[in-house]
Amino acid sequence: MNTDATTSVEVSLTINGQPVTGRVEPRRTLADFLREDRNLTGTHLGCEHGVCGACTVLLDGDAVRSCLVFAVQADGTDVTTVEGIASADGRLSEVQEALRANHGLQCGFCTPGFVLTITALLRDNPDPTDQEIREGLSGNICRCTGYQGIIAAVRQAADPSS
Amino acid sequence: MKAAPFEYHRPDSVADATALLAELGDDAKAIAGGQSLVPMLAMRLSIFEHLVDIGRLDEMKGVERRDGHLWVGGGTTEAAVEHHPEVAVDVPLLARSTPLIGHLQIRNRGTVGGSVAHADPAAEYPAVVLALDAELEATSAAGRRVIAARDFFTGLWTTALGPAELLTGIRFPVWDGRSGFAVRELTRRHGDFAIAGTALAVQLDGDDRVTRCGIGLFGLGSTPTRATVAEQSVSGRTPTEISAEEVGQLAVADLEDVPHDLNGSASYRKRVGAAMVERAWQAAIAEASGR
Repeated sequence: MNTDATTSVEVSLTINGQPVTGRVEPRRTLADFLREDRNLTGTHLGCEHGVCGACTVLLDGDAVRSCLVFAVQADGTDVTTVEGIASADGRLSEVQEALRANHGLQCGFCTPGFVLTITALLRDNPDPTDQEIREGLSGNICRCTGYQGIIAAVRQAADPSS
Repeated sequence: MKAAPFEYHRPDSVADATALLAELGDDAKAIAGGQSLVPMLAMRLSIFEHLVDIGRLDEMKGVERRDGHLWVGGGTTEAAVEHHPEVAVDVPLLARSTPLIGHLQIRNRGTVGGSVAHADPAAEYPAVVLALDAELEATSAAGRRVIAARDFFTGLWTTALGPAELLTGIRFPVWDGRSGFAVRELTRRHGDFAIAGTALAVQLDGDDRVTRCGIGLFGLGSTPTRATVAEQSVSGRTPTEISAEEVGQLAVADLEDVPHDLNGSASYRKRVGAAMVERAWQAAIAEASGR
């Protein structure tokens, strides 16, 4: 194979509300594009083959694994990363605040993926059952917390009065 | 874990995509959701010089009732199928199998056609397609042909689809009357590929006799398979005459190439498969009987 023949292509997308244009090799994943080309290192890469969920971002609102999307496939889309979740003044979102309050993180490596997954989960299902919470989080792996704090955080974010 | 270099193409229509695939030949692969293909590329289990992105072709997306069957576009995401009210009513087996696929992040990208065309022997959709005798629409630059599900899965990750053909749609028969449907599988963790599983559909007539039965097995061979002997054994009989355990035993009795790996030996998988069929049979019969 003649690798030199692979030309870079232009992509234009919106990331956290900002229009962005860049040139990428077609094999560049969206995760690498965010981290390496846009310096948005909040999106973490654990496994790079769609198992761990750490790289979860919102693509046109849907939670997806950014290691399983090539940046060229995201051309023209609207991407939200963990950097776009807190307000501009740094105030944490309800989901982030609930994770903090419930010890929903320890080392924090998996947390960005959980924040995006939970944000999408509660938007689509504002009052999930425990079973729905567990199923919704099943695509994100955490090696520290044992998940109980994370599940408690989802409950609190769904119902802040609880 | 980085894919080898490739050229990227994003045609605007199925006609352009199939023409491109015909032109590029074996060096090209269609990519839709990419939820199986991208990991294979990342691990370099597969290398292609060209990827043809069919993920935005609207003519391959959607769910429509068409003369007696439910048409599901090959490019329809699993998440769209999961939440589609018509799928839940018309093809319950498809609806019920969907939440078992991967995780929500996977289902938001993964497509029905992609899963069936990838033909993983442990995946749910290929077994659903088989159990229901669905028809698969294969489109190439030369035109469209319809492939029966029974003729589609030809070997491990291999199908009757040609390299320049796209699985543009699937026609699912709509079972009416007293029907019951159940999917049962055993996995190590939620969302994993099954160690063994079944997608089972059964229909009873007014006298409680089995008029139709489709039992698709997955994780139990190099391809998804139909448990033909078990299906024949229940035909024309009433549920009270049939032992669920016997249906399970018959379903796995003549399996020949059951996989064995760290998740289980072939004999273990067959026992699990029999138990899954037994449970699915009980659930489907209960539903068909209105219990």
